[in-house]
Amino acid sequence: MRKLLFSGMFRAPVTEPRPPTDDAALRELAQAVDRSARRRLGHSLSIREVDAGSCNGCELEIHALNNAFYDLERFGIRFVASPRHADVLLVTGPVTANMRDALERTFQATPDPKWVVAVGDCAVDGGCFAGSYAVVGGVARVVPVDLHIRGCPPNPNALLQGLLALLDRVGEGGRSA
Amino acid sequence: MPTLDELMRQGRPVARHRPWPRTVVDAAAWNAAAGRLSDGDWTLLGLWGEAGAVHMALLDGTGGIGVVSLDCADGRYPSIGQRHPPALRLERAARDLFGLQPLGLPDIRPWLDHGGWGLRHPLAARTEATEPAPSYVFLPGEGEGLHQIPVGPVHAGIIEPGHFRFTASGETVVRLEQRLGYVHKGIEGLMAGADLDRAAALAGRTSGDSTVAYALAFARAAEAATGATAPPRAQWLRALMAELERLANHFGDIGAICNDASFTLMHAHCGILRERVLRAADACFGHRLMRDRILPGGVAVDLANSGVAALRALIAECRARFPALTELYDNTASLQDRTVGTGILSAALARQYAAGGYVGRASGRSFDARRTPGYPPYDTLRFDVPSLDAGDVDARVWVRIREAEQSLSLLEQILHQLPEGPLRAEPTPPSEPCEGMALTESFRGDVLVWLRLAADGTVARCHLRDPSWFQWPLLEAAIHGNIVADFPLCNKSFNCSYSGHDL
Repeated sequence: MRKLLFSGMFRAPVTEPRPPTDDAALRELAQAVDRSARRRLGHSLSIREVDAGSCNGCELEIHALNNAFYDLERFGIRFVASPRHADVLLVTGPVTANMRDALERTFQATPDPKWVVAVGDCAVDGGCFAGSYAVVGGVARVVPVDLHIRGCPPNPNALLQGLLALLDRVGEGGRSA
Repeated sequence: MPTLDELMRQGRPVARHRPWPRTVVDAAAWNAAAGRLSDGDWTLLGLWGEAGAVHMALLDGTGGIGVVSLDCADGRYPSIGQRHPPALRLERAARDLFGLQPLGLPDIRPWLDHGGWGLRHPLAARTEATEPAPSYVFLPGEGEGLHQIPVGPVHAGIIEPGHFRFTASGETVVRLEQRLGYVHKGIEGLMAGADLDRAAALAGRTSGDSTVAYALAFARAAEAATGATAPPRAQWLRALMAELERLANHFGDIGAICNDASFTLMHAHCGILRERVLRAADACFGHRLMRDRILPGGVAVDLANSGVAALRALIAECRARFPALTELYDNTASLQDRTVGTGILSAALARQYAAGGYVGRASGRSFDARRTPGYPPYDTLRFDVPSLDAGDVDARVWVRIREAEQSLSLLEQILHQLPEGPLRAEPTPPSEPCEGMALTESFRGDVLVWLRLAADGTVARCHLRDPSWFQWPLLEAAIHGNIVADFPLCNKSFNCSYSGHDL
């Protein structure tokens, strides 16, 4: 173990510079984040991830945000274990009928101010699962959504761009939305 | 005692079911099959329904495969699950979806139907659900000092939803009962009437971590049904993608299991390797998970020379870095203290449930769909199927480590022997209804796809059976007698798919 740790000290980190903020996400967010909330949160966001029926592809890429290449925590964004500790719900999946109740209750358990980010094409409108008897068809049908990050699944860079846009909005205390 | 061959000959053979035969049998033969399953002579590969009939895919002791079907015009059939427990949840699911009543099934609770669909039996009669569903009754756990811990469906980590009901005596788990179905999307319902391309896309979204294995299984089933064959280069590229997928998942799992034992160093390093694999996949095929890259009849993209170079660099990096991580795992006593002897799955249960993948192989069952029934190009490739007997978390880690090494070797062999040629021979639409079945090896175990095409080439019925169907129940057994705090570790070492199971 010592050897591995030692060699790590002399290798350059694999962590990459932050991607540019996603303009489309900024526009969508312009409505979502008000000034008082920005002041309260400063430069940090706590995220509770909720799988509302995804195929688990989005979860894989959300997981990747924590690896050394993307290192989400350096931006002050971290995943928390309970909705009660969260500012943001990161929701994946077309929302299955069997998860609708759990998603609503998770939303209610999250304290204000809070934002909902819907991740993945099927979280927008059900995607390829739309029309199924078992699917509600999009996160916005169940809880209010502030930002959509598209992709099947969105890659970690797209996720990072969306989350950084949210963070910038939340953090820009001086400018009005 | 009939052999599978004899049993198949007793019934009425179904025309145009490939590559293995399908036979419509009577109740006596159906029950005889149940007997062979409960005696442990045969293996249940899958059990699924449709309106008015129930089907079962069987594997005999010699590697022979067949599908037996039982017409049940009155909606009832003799339960297999009452004699062979691995069929229990499959029968509960088929009842929820099709209204087929398994006579004698000891567990009459719904499984996938949580009462939120507004419909009953959505894939058959589709009657309106008029009454609210009764609340789900968990199995009782009675005794002095026992307490229950309900967990989920929303969990603490970034994982899929499911409910776990622990009954514990102090720290020790006396019973774990799972309730699944939360991510049921109705994929088999959406399949009906879909054309081949849309159906292939849906199949590839059954379980995101196995998107290659599912797309491959669906493509092979469609090719079997229509009598088509993918060109050689496509078959080799498919294997290349499948091994990349296996490698990425195994790296991710090895790190995540260690992380659940609070050994984050492994997690960080394995995470780097996993990311390298996904980036190489992206460079080669234009998608990190290689989704929608395998189509019926072939593959959607070719591997360019730059991709070959990216893969060679990937293999070199993995070969340089992975042995040190293996050594780290092997030499860290505090980590082994958590994994050795934890969550033991007995060989008998692994065999009875036909557990595939690392779950089966860590408990002495070395089944691998790449070998049996086998499919090209694996018949011309050299690889071992590592198998251990300890059945604990440690063994499931070691099987993954050895499989990752095998996948690296397979990638090298594929790059070395990759034939030139066309990428796709689009299947010609059938002139009459036809059926196909395929079994492919995902990183998690064998995926089964059974497909019936209508005369116009659209999907009439498609069943997708994830390896998790036979692994989830074994997790309930493996956690028994362990402490609650070791559950995440055991759960991650199984890493069953919720979405693949719930469909």
